Formats: sequence, structure tokens, C-alpha cells
Amino acid sequence: MDYLPKDHPVFVHSENGIWGMGARAPAGKEDRNLIDAGASYATIVPGAAFFDSLTSFSIIRGGRIDITFLGALEVSQAGDLANWIIPGKMTPGIGGGMELAQKSRKVVVLTTHVTKTGAAKLLKSCTLPLTAPACVAMIITDLAVIEVTDAGLVLKELAQGVSLDRVIKSTAAPLIIPAGVLPTF
Amino acid sequence: MLTSKVCSCTAACAGIKDGARLLVGGFGQPGTPNTLIRQLLAQGSKNLTLVKNDANEPGLGVSTLIEAGRVKKMIASHIGLNPLAVSMMHEGRLEIEVYPQGILAEKIRAGGAGLGGILTDIGLHLVTEGEQTVELEGLSYKIEPALRGHVALIHAAMADEVGNLVFTKTASNFNPVMAMAADLVIVETEQLVPVGKIDPDQVHLAGAFVDRLVLIEELTPDYGVLKHHALQKQNRTTSRTGNCSRADY
Repeated sequence: MDYLPKDHPVFVHSENGIWGMGARAPAGKEDRNLIDAGASYATIVPGAAFFDSLTSFSIIRGGRIDITFLGALEVSQAGDLANWIIPGKMTPGIGGGMELAQKSRKVVVLTTHVTKTGAAKLLKSCTLPLTAPACVAMIITDLAVIEVTDAGLVLKELAQGVSLDRVIKSTAAPLIIPAGVLPTF
Repeated sequence: MLTSKVCSCTAACAGIKDGARLLVGGFGQPGTPNTLIRQLLAQGSKNLTLVKNDANEPGLGVSTLIEAGRVKKMIASHIGLNPLAVSMMHEGRLEIEVYPQGILAEKIRAGGAGLGGILTDIGLHLVTEGEQTVELEGLSYKIEPALRGHVALIHAAMADEVGNLVFTKTASNFNPVMAMAADLVIVETEQLVPVGKIDPDQVHLAGAFVDRLVLIEELTPDYGVLKHHALQKQNRTTSRTGNCSRADY
């Protein structure tokens, strides 16, 4: 949010009850009743609206969200997403993630390419319980941008200074590599 | 003459039995009924089942009840901002039942609206034994039973004496729906105005849903800005990375 240009033509939805969320509140300007879904103090943009949780999730499940950005523990080549539970380890709950993943018009995953221990996160099939099946359209990692297609994972862009070989070795699913030079980001 | 629903905090919370299931408003701190929760803590209510979106954070809101061992079970959507509650869950000292956030809200709405439950395709891929599914017009749904409470604890920004409520900003969250689905609905309000002072078109929740009303005597620091969630003046980057959001896992 903090990096969007001021006049961006987008309404950002926050599941705790905002349509039209702005950047984080500057120091000293926090409103005790205005937070984002991660409990940071937020602001709103002109045209914003507040609502309760029923309305907030009617917007989500009713299909009114154009695009949602989610983190991931694992993503499969079919676009299955696992990001809410590691049985026996991490079980804080699901929040709004399942509904966002299943009902948004486009789901983009933002994640590190591998886990802290170096294990691949992009897999042939997920090993963890799914947040939602076949929901991910695009994966943006620290190494690459990958599109999920009916044919599988298609490599679209490489991070600057990252070799094709490193991306292939860090991915545990087949990658479709287009001919020619890949754009970098 | 209309009967005022205003009473003292002690009188409002009297009669909340041990073992009660409580529906509690709030998403994080905004909208959390801290004053009513403090009263429960003081009067010794125990063996409680709490239904709230989240478990607040250590030292705040319902976490004070959890830390004092008063809570047997919590029905929530996400408790990730409360490492104490997560630890207690892993140690088997706190039973946790989680639902997707909007499904939790709709289960409660159904309970409040006199319905038996809802049909949803959210989480259909995780249906376990004992959970019912149904086919309707060619599509599959999971049956989620309605959820009600014995008592609802609600926070409002403003109320009139017959319980018409106004919420503010992101402090609305689960408060309206929780107020619909309990046998006894207790509301704490920051501002109390005489009947007729709230434009009927601006009432967010009708007094029909409210049984008892308590005026908050003092907005204690737990109602205020929590410094650990605010940006630091000098070093914005440090503060951002120090913030634990669900995008972090």
C-alpha cells in the first residue's frame, strides 16, 4: 500500500471492514479505530466505505474482488494453494484467506521461491492441506515471475542477477521456458 | 415512557453463568468490549467458551480471560496475533475451533436470523467425516450449522438509552452480527445520548437486539493507539518488519 502512487485508480479492500484503504497511518496520526487486517494503523482514500464483517465477506464471496495477493507455504503446478496450516506445527487459523483464494477473480501469490531451509515451495502437488484448489493464476517470488496455465507453470520473468538454472533447480515442478530472452525485474 | 436499558457494568454482567458461551465483538482491539471483559475477569466467570474472530493479543481483550485460565474453548477464525493462545492450544490447555472468517460470521448470522445453518462451497475440499454435504442444482455444498451464544458482549461508539447503536470505522466488524445471535445482549458504549438524538437513518443496529447497556466510564489505554502497531517516527523500515501480519508466513 505504501508504495502505490497517491492517485492510483484502485480500491483496496481490507477484510476487517474497509473498501478504499490507503497507506499505513503516519507516526502520530493513528486512529485507534482504523486498522488493517494485520492490526497496523491504516488510512483511507477518498470514496472509501466502512462495513461490518458480514458485508466484507459478501464482497469477497460474492466475487467483487478483482485481484488478491496472498502468501504461500506451497503452490502446485495446477495452482493449488497451501498457506494456512502445517499440521502439528503452525495452526493459527485461517482468517479470510480461504474465501479470498477461492472467490477472488485473480489470485497472485507473493512468496520466497524456497523455504528457510531451502526446500522448494513450487511443487508438482502440495503436501500440506490446501487453502483452495486450482486458484492461483500467477506466482511472484524473489527469483522469478511464473504464470499458472492449463499446460503447467510458465516462466515469465527472472529477477535481476538470477540464472535460469537456479530457478529450475529451486522449483520442484516442471517449468515451461519460453524461447528467447526472458525479461528481468 | 420508554424503558432505559442503561445499567451498571456489574448489574449488566450479573447472571453470566460459568460455562456460558459468549459471543464477543471485535477484530483485533477495535470493537473489543474491554470494559465488559474486565468485569467478567473481576467477577470470576470461568469455564467459558468464547466466540470471537481472534484471541486479541497478550494482555489485551479476551486474552486476559484466556491467560487467567477462564476459557475452556475458543471458536475463532485466526489467533495468529496471540502467541500465548497458540502455545496454550499446542499444550492442550485451550481448545480451539477455527472457521474461515466470513463463514464464522455467516454461521452466527444464521443463528441470529432463526435459521438452522448455511450452505457453502468454502472449504469443501477439506470436508471431514461427520460433516454433511448436500447437492443443490448441480453444485456441492457443505452444511455449516448455525451458531448462537448465551451472551453477547458488544462494543459501540454511540448508543441511545433504548439501545440503538452506532459503530465506527473498523470497530464495527463482528459487533452487529454477534449482537443478533445471543439470548442476552450486553453492550458497552463510548457515548450515551438521549432517545431521539440519533437520526433513525443513521442507526447501524436497532435497539431490538440489545438487552443491557453500559456506559464506559473511562477509555483505558487498551482502547487507544497501541504503540507496537504504529509506525516509528525515525525508522519506518524497522517497524514494518517488526509487524507480525499474516502475510509473514
